[in-house]
Amino acid sequence: MTLLSVENLKKYYYSGVFNKKEIRAVDGVDLEIKSGRTLGLVGGSGCGKTTVARTILRLVKPTDGSIVFDGRDITKLKGRQMKNLGREMQIIFQNPETSLNPRMKMYDAILEPLRIHKLCSADEENEKIHRLIEIVNLNKELLFRYPHELSGGQLQRVVIARILSLNPKFIVADEATSMLDPLVQAQILNLMKDLQEKLGISYLFISHDMDVVEWMSDEIAVMDKGKIVDWK
Amino acid sequence: MNKLNGKRNILKEAGNNRMAAIGGAIVILLVLIAILASLLSPHDPFEQKLENRLLNPCFEYPFGTDDLGRCIFSRLIFGTRYSLAIGVTVVGITALVGTTLGIVSGYSRGIIDEILMRIVDIVLAFPGIILALVIAGILGPSFLNVVIALSLTHWPAYTRLVRGITLSLREKEFIEGAKALRASNIYIMRRHILPNCINPIIVLATLDIAHAIIFATGLSFLGLGIQPPTPEWGSMLKAGIPYFRISPHLTFFPGTAIMVTVMAFNFLGDGLRDMIDPKINEIILVSE
Repeated sequence: MTLLSVENLKKYYYSGVFNKKEIRAVDGVDLEIKSGRTLGLVGGSGCGKTTVARTILRLVKPTDGSIVFDGRDITKLKGRQMKNLGREMQIIFQNPETSLNPRMKMYDAILEPLRIHKLCSADEENEKIHRLIEIVNLNKELLFRYPHELSGGQLQRVVIARILSLNPKFIVADEATSMLDPLVQAQILNLMKDLQEKLGISYLFISHDMDVVEWMSDEIAVMDKGKIVDWK
Repeated sequence: MNKLNGKRNILKEAGNNRMAAIGGAIVILLVLIAILASLLSPHDPFEQKLENRLLNPCFEYPFGTDDLGRCIFSRLIFGTRYSLAIGVTVVGITALVGTTLGIVSGYSRGIIDEILMRIVDIVLAFPGIILALVIAGILGPSFLNVVIALSLTHWPAYTRLVRGITLSLREKEFIEGAKALRASNIYIMRRHILPNCINPIIVLATLDIAHAIIFATGLSFLGLGIQPPTPEWGSMLKAGIPYFRISPHLTFFPGTAIMVTVMAFNFLGDGLRDMIDPKINEIILVSE
């Protein structure tokens, strides 16, 4: 079953006031991601991988094209529906050290999504958070620390835990492991695969590391200059 | 440094930083003096004894008496209240308003940012003291009007500082992450951007108290601030000028009080700035 299908996605940026220059970050991309599967997206720096991810998540407005998620067009969602979309699709960023507010303790960081979406009452929080850190295998002593006191791998687990609290169907991993050392990278990748098997999450896995992408993905799309140039 | 130690002890670090320690100690002392003014002062600051006019410092009057026979020491002690009150009120108002505008400006960008920054440019284009003089002159001399005049001239520093920090923060991944969680803009500004601006704001505010006190005493020195007979340092300074050659203590002691207070806040602010983050130095210097 198709979870996400992207058709003719375009994102152009404009620069200059008088002499308008058009930068075609994404120029007509078609993608399809099946439920419970992983699509790998590879390509060199600046080829538009991250812009594709950000556009799919509606963090930036697409210039043209349609994004159909779970049977509905999310290209023009607004307000309440947009907020609910946050519970279904989420993102893991490249740099774990800047992915969390440096002035927020892990406990609050993990509970933040639930609080924003008012999904759990104050007395359930403790129980909920312990279940979450168990899933991502995180020591509960870390809950009352600040981000700079944790390692990259631990931080990425926290990021995954907070995302999981919303039970998303689809997660974009934007170079999620490229800044971790190989051992930790393997642990995080394994965790992501486990979660996929248990919870049926679909991934859009963006990376420039071919080995990692091949190991993670069911299908691989290769991007260059804003277009998909190859499928594997 | 804080990465290695984990938790940091601000008090201990302040103790190691001699400038911050000296400044902090004097500031605490000044606050105590202001609170306990009526207990500490040996005389009524308003009581005139013409037979005792222009006395040199002596046992009865530690700093001497002024042209109306009032105790300068007592007047200085009460004057602490006015200077600190103006400094704290002005900085409280400007930090609040300036920070809010700075966050909104940097976060929203676009037309709102453009308009706000042009207003900031306009205010900063005037030399602060001249603008304050004009406003105080139009409104007339009183405590409230001094606060208004100084607030109107001091807020842009915060707006610029906070806008700069906000601009760099909004590119950080945790802000994008919060957007992906579909947090509201107000939530992001309040919970994610504001807490990360607090340290530099505290530094700027501490330095700004000194600045505000100088401006306030300057205004009353020129007769546009708090009016005599209120024991305000600037107006005391002014009142002493005609007697400068026969009784220099009339101007010496209020001048010293202003200098010590301003220096204390400057030391504390500089010390805090060094402690918090060397990088912040540049931002604050640029924004001033």
